Amino acid sequence: MTTLVVRELGCSFGGVHAVAGLSFEIAPGTVHSIIGPNGAGKTTLLNLLTGVYVPTSGSIRFGAHELTGQPPHRYAAAGIARTFQNLQIFFNMSALENVMTGRHRLERTGLLAAMLHTPRLARAEAECRERALEWLRFLELGDAAERDADTLPYGALKRLEIARALAGEPQLLLLDEPAAGLNPSEALGIAALIRRVAATGTTVVLVEHNMRLVMEVSDHILVLDHGKRLAEGSAEQIRSDARVIEAYLGAASEAHAAGEASADA
Amino acid sequence: MESSVPCAATVSDGIAAAGLPAMRPRRRLRGLTLLALVLALLPLGFVNDYVADVAVLIALNAIVCVGLNLLIGYAGQISLGHAGFFGLGAYGSALLATHAGVPPLAALLAATALVGVLAALVGGPILRLKGHYLAMATLGLGIIVSIVITTEDRLTGGPDGMAVPPLTIAGFVVQGERAWYWILAGCLLAAVWLAQNLIASPTGRALRALHTSEVAAELAGVDSARHKLIVFVISALFAAFAGGLAAFHAGFVTPAKASFLHSIELVTMVVFGGMASTFGAVVGAAVLTLLPQLLTALKDYEMVVFGALLMATMIFFPRGIVPTLSALWQRWRR
Repeated sequence: MTTLVVRELGCSFGGVHAVAGLSFEIAPGTVHSIIGPNGAGKTTLLNLLTGVYVPTSGSIRFGAHELTGQPPHRYAAAGIARTFQNLQIFFNMSALENVMTGRHRLERTGLLAAMLHTPRLARAEAECRERALEWLRFLELGDAAERDADTLPYGALKRLEIARALAGEPQLLLLDEPAAGLNPSEALGIAALIRRVAATGTTVVLVEHNMRLVMEVSDHILVLDHGKRLAEGSAEQIRSDARVIEAYLGAASEAHAAGEASADA
Repeated sequence: MESSVPCAATVSDGIAAAGLPAMRPRRRLRGLTLLALVLALLPLGFVNDYVADVAVLIALNAIVCVGLNLLIGYAGQISLGHAGFFGLGAYGSALLATHAGVPPLAALLAATALVGVLAALVGGPILRLKGHYLAMATLGLGIIVSIVITTEDRLTGGPDGMAVPPLTIAGFVVQGERAWYWILAGCLLAAVWLAQNLIASPTGRALRALHTSEVAAELAGVDSARHKLIVFVISALFAAFAGGLAAFHAGFVTPAKASFLHSIELVTMVVFGGMASTFGAVVGAAVLTLLPQLLTALKDYEMVVFGALLMATMIFFPRGIVPTLSALWQRWRR
């Protein structure tokens, strides 16, 4: 079981401190949500936690892996996977191949074996294919396996990204607004999915605007405002926290509107 | 026009956009069998040495294009300098065989390996660049190679070129267009087989992944810098090997083999035949090697017609010949 430890993390763009002096730990096997008004630094934080951005200060450690300043594939190798707010699907592949690619960090065959298509590679590929199919079925995409990714509807692509992330069998899964753009029943599906994933022992970090979803699934919530920690605690504690309510007062109507908009979709 | 051509794309859009999904295992073998059949039957049409010679040229270009397509079509990284690797393979083989007294076949393999090492050294810094900047850097690389070959005339014979001894395999001298044809047909089949195996492997998926989303590929665990370098070196090895063979086949090598124009021809073949399609690369090489030979009958209008055909193809087959036709075939069957 691996704990993510973030110490004094900071990231600034020019003079803007998108994230400043942030320290927290994420215990294994929990669902940990990061919320905050727009521009609070949530997506910046996810990008820092996956090596997409290099922090200007502070450190990120995942179990025994010191990851500060490492490229994203090291984060993946350490067992961190993520989805993206704006989809990053491999549109030149089938759904199945997308998910198979998600298992790249687990692949152990060399280049020469690949070019000669050795029996060992063929076996590894068959295995990879089987596992990828299982993850597709887990996300109810089994029927779409052979379809080109660019022919799938938006909701399916959202789930395809999650399948691809899970296929790498990560210890820590970061979800960047998985319910954005989904209708209420699809959002419910995401909530159920997050619980199932957490039940397998995978830590889930959720960045989400859908408060109902956040309150429903989170063991722990971190509230960001202007790149700093505003509050931290259980869903109950956060719901009644005066500072959080105040920070959200301006944004409350907006979040409400967003909720309605997704209900309309 | 836009309405009649779905997803009409320019050449550079085609590079950025995605290609066909990798082929399923059985379809892959079917394609390879078909190619083997065509290559086996082709000599029936060799009415004279000239036709066989054109077939040899096609195979040489096709080998380079199959490798270049891995880089451009699948991994989405442009190179405008691959004629440089072709030229280095040719001159490297020639120099090792003439000046160093290395047996021709060993010279061919050693030159190919040396070019691979060079590509690995140069590729590191170059492949950090993206898009147009990568195009500029590879263009520069190709031009440097071309200039070095032209000016080092004591070694290379300069613009006049240099003679190359014949290729000997296990004591036998390779002679005659037919013998060369069979050797190159075998090499082309091997090249296609290797390329298709690579594409259908985790490495191939990694290449296609970093083509569409480098960040998502990285977060699946793909070391994108390493994979770009791998495919760059592989494509350089294909080019150098074909270059060496070309030198032995012609018995003579000139700097034109390493020229910028030749680099452009190679990229054109890949894009024309179809990005991210190994057979597209073969078809592109075949058509664009054959076409100028056929159009010589038009004399003064040759290049005009050639250019017009190229433009028309890219307008009506925006993804290249093979991907567009195979998409049409799929739709028709459904």
